[in-house]
Amino acid sequence: MSTVPEPATAPTDTTAPAAAARPGRETLHYAVRNPKLIIGFTVVVLLLLVGIAGPPLLDNADPNEYVGPQAAAPDGTYWMGTTTFGQDVYAQFVHGLRATFLVGVVGGAIAAVIAMLVGFLAGYRGGVVDEILNMLTNVVLVLPALAVLLIINAYLGVRSVPVQGLFIGLTSWPWAARAIRAQTFSLRTREFVDLARLSGSGTWRIVFREIAPNMSSYLFMMFILLFGGSVLIASSLDFIGLGPTEGVSLGMMLQSAQQWSALQLGMWWWFVPPGAGITAIVGALYVANVGLDEVFNPKLREA
Amino acid sequence: MRRYFARKLLIYALTFVVAVTVNWMIPRFMPGDPVAAMVARARVSQPEAVDAMRAYYNNLFGFDEPVWQQYLHFWGALLQGDFGLSIWVFPKPVADVLLDALPYTLGLMIPAVLLSWFVGNWAGALAARRKVLDNTVLPAGYLLTAMPYMWIAVILAWALGSKAGWFPISGGYSLDIQPNWSVDFAVDLLQHWVLPFLSLFLVALGGWAIGMRNMIIYELESDYSSYLSALGAPQRLIRRYAFRNAVLPQITGLALQLGVLVAGALVTEIVFAYPGLGSLILAAIQNQDFFLLQGAFLFIVIGVLIANFLIDIVYVVVDPRTRTGMAGGQS
Repeated sequence: MSTVPEPATAPTDTTAPAAAARPGRETLHYAVRNPKLIIGFTVVVLLLLVGIAGPPLLDNADPNEYVGPQAAAPDGTYWMGTTTFGQDVYAQFVHGLRATFLVGVVGGAIAAVIAMLVGFLAGYRGGVVDEILNMLTNVVLVLPALAVLLIINAYLGVRSVPVQGLFIGLTSWPWAARAIRAQTFSLRTREFVDLARLSGSGTWRIVFREIAPNMSSYLFMMFILLFGGSVLIASSLDFIGLGPTEGVSLGMMLQSAQQWSALQLGMWWWFVPPGAGITAIVGALYVANVGLDEVFNPKLREA
Repeated sequence: MRRYFARKLLIYALTFVVAVTVNWMIPRFMPGDPVAAMVARARVSQPEAVDAMRAYYNNLFGFDEPVWQQYLHFWGALLQGDFGLSIWVFPKPVADVLLDALPYTLGLMIPAVLLSWFVGNWAGALAARRKVLDNTVLPAGYLLTAMPYMWIAVILAWALGSKAGWFPISGGYSLDIQPNWSVDFAVDLLQHWVLPFLSLFLVALGGWAIGMRNMIIYELESDYSSYLSALGAPQRLIRRYAFRNAVLPQITGLALQLGVLVAGALVTEIVFAYPGLGSLILAAIQNQDFFLLQGAFLFIVIGVLIANFLIDIVYVVVDPRTRTGMAGGQS
């Protein structure tokens, strides 16, 4: 299951497939006029740019280095203040943004691929294949993802951002697989799919040439939600102390702030930025997703 | 309906078997040796003593048996409620350690889950009806769902605990009070409960509100709503039908969300050093207590399965289609 508060729009939204039929230019027309989409994507892109351009612009390569005065409030030199040890919070923040985007992309992509394979196959083939895949999906769905990740992480001890993303991807696909299955179910009896089947195309060819393009907008939105979910799960894992062993992430910043009682010492500049960064990325993605929904789905568009 | 429950039970049984098997496999097949870790912790230097200790622990935890026997024994012990011994608080049984922590976690989780669901659905339904409200509920909802649980917990602790000084920011009760059945203790317990509860409640609230709002809007745009309004039915009646239909997916959503909320409860407890399962899991990880970690995992899985089962029963009561056995397609 996703660790995002379940995106309630996704599983119930059955209108998306119609979108791909309209010409791309019209979609673009509505996309550049949708404030939610623009605001959401602007925030994400800005933070992404800070994450990409920020670290090379810093004087020190290692964000964990002790560079400044200890426990200093934000000022001109240290924009976000320093930690108890004199680490630059801003340096940690920009490095942490990188880790956050990376884990989101890796986790979201892996979950999306698994969800698509399972969802398409179950929905298109039906019958016994569907029963088995459905059972598998339900079993993984009921297992609490964080609990599974906890023990895997604690035992394996392989801790890097990509590996973390991999495990998050492996546990967070079920809700998306279910949603894709339901969509595929409604598409597989359409005429163009029948036609492809009559002309002798194989299962995967039909799925990827005929069915998937018709739900491309839906798949894209699903990926965004999986991305946001991965970011949130990763931050929880980091916070428990199961983050990457090298480098820094936003979740690990929160963990060290907690560990060295930034709260009791009143050092708000240590724990406010990392959480605000995560909230901004995930929140902006969700808002952009609503905007996308309105763009792809004419019924929701405000007159 | 019998078919519905049979399917559900099969899935729960399978999930349970998978969870137990994963749980059993991990210390045995994963890199990293719990026995070696325990021996290393003892800091013995003579090789004979190390060997003796290794043999003792291997025997104690049953690692000297053939693998299939270990697996069967694991099940046997489990069904008798035996989760093994904790390494962290050796030699206290894992089950006892967990049972001590359980009431705190449940006391936090159950009110947070139920109240956020009710309030969130109510707010969402209201938002779907009024434009002004919609413009505040929707952004607030997205902001809340995007927040990591531990961050909102830290912010609440900072604002309402440290700055305002209204609530204590750590522990399940004050250190100078012994747990007992007195009013003073109950008040103290409640004060420590407020902030962790509030952080769980707020994050979950946003998701429910948004979900309900979207669902009602979909329902109000559907054919039966247009038909009803074409017939001249009062708006209130249409809304009532929309609400009834919209609430069903929210019940399914409640089941789906439980695993997520468990995660939220774990990290929230760590922020507030609340003496529940979350704090135990942190201690288990920090002390490499494999058996406590395994036990906690199983406890969580069993809890989620029971809660899911209860939600399934509620679903049958609320949705007549499952009762008449028409629910073959959805499982």
